[in-house]
Amino acid sequence: MDFVQLVVTWFLDSAHWTGTNGVPWRLVEHLVMSSLAVVIGVAIAIPAGLAIGHTGRGEQMATAVAGLGRAVPSYALLILFVPLFGLGFSSALPALILLAIPPILVNTVAGIRDVDADTVEAGRGMGMTEREVLMDVELPAALPAITLGLRTSAVQVVATATLVALVAGGGLGRYIVDGFALRQDDRLFAGALLVAVLAVGTDRAFNWVQRRFERRSGRPAHDAFGPPVPSGSAFF
Amino acid sequence: MIRWDVIQGNLPLIGTKLLEHLALTLVAVVGGLVISGLAVVLIRDQPRIVALVTGFFSVVYTIPSLALLAFLVPLTHLTFLTAEIALVGYTLFILTRNLLAGLASVPRDALEAADGMGYGRTRRLWQVEVPLALPLIVAGIRIATVTTIGLVMVTALIGFGGLGQVMLRGYNFRNDTLVLVGFVLTVALGLIADLGLGWLGRAVTPWSRTRAG
Repeated sequence: MDFVQLVVTWFLDSAHWTGTNGVPWRLVEHLVMSSLAVVIGVAIAIPAGLAIGHTGRGEQMATAVAGLGRAVPSYALLILFVPLFGLGFSSALPALILLAIPPILVNTVAGIRDVDADTVEAGRGMGMTEREVLMDVELPAALPAITLGLRTSAVQVVATATLVALVAGGGLGRYIVDGFALRQDDRLFAGALLVAVLAVGTDRAFNWVQRRFERRSGRPAHDAFGPPVPSGSAFF
Repeated sequence: MIRWDVIQGNLPLIGTKLLEHLALTLVAVVGGLVISGLAVVLIRDQPRIVALVTGFFSVVYTIPSLALLAFLVPLTHLTFLTAEIALVGYTLFILTRNLLAGLASVPRDALEAADGMGYGRTRRLWQVEVPLALPLIVAGIRIATVTTIGLVMVTALIGFGGLGQVMLRGYNFRNDTLVLVGFVLTVALGLIADLGLGWLGRAVTPWSRTRAG
């Protein structure tokens, strides 16, 4: 009970809501860093994924990117970039972009590849150009899968943005790292709570969008970046 | 940029941390498998409880590793237990999900045949359901292992971390060679686990042609 009180007191302290170490500013840092990485990741991964999915060329490259994306730990990437790009934001951004790409790329490719071949042929039969087939037939059908990739990617980026505080950067991870260093459990716990709520909120928000697309296209998506699960499985 | 003398001088450290990394990963994956296996066997006939438990595991899975450690440290302090609770916690979602999907993928005919032959529940589970579910179970173990190898790095913050310690030391002492060695070994470990368990998945199920391998 004492501990809960301590944390509540931390949140109620107005000093923790103002200035560059206040919650609003740290949240803005966290969100700006994360969204910038995801937006740049999208700009790279979706066009590449559409091209690979449509032409079928480069699929092995996409598989290799997926394998590397799973094997490269985010924390390791962040630290690796410090000698190259320096501390804080300048290392964080390239690391976060690289982490954002694989789930979006892999799911975009899988989403396009899974589009019913007859539908695609029908589009061609109606005299659609390849570009029209891609943009008007394949892309709309692949939207649930692409959103799912975006969701995996965004959650991963928001989580990793927490670690940026370890390489002298900002964001909400600051409270956790400082809480550890100063042995202030209330700050530590408050930071962890903020980060957890942000990550789960991001997941839920993208999940909501994904479900809308799924209802519209009638096709449930499964994460091609995650472990394989039979489609139409009773549980997921 | 790479200084071989640094690598040579730190070989004992690198070796120890590599083993520590493997041990932390192994304990987490085996622990996760035991817990999720027990959970799945106990709850799988009750869809509501399944939804509740998998929902809880998915929330845990979504919580960033640094935050999960921060939640645990005031309770269990800077201990091996803290590191493992976090690591096991992350495997639970992946493993339960694939165990359930694996069991759900067993053809009804196989179950009925086993029942018809008078198999009891336990014997049916071990001799019919688990073997047929293996492709998806191994696929889950594979992803859980690769994920854990990466997450072990973060436990360097509470004094563990295996190769994460090598990287952290390199970072603290501005020793680029150690940073690089830690990075390369971790990624290599992840890729070897990915390929090895992929191969194992195909080897234990010669009859299957799923894309799970």
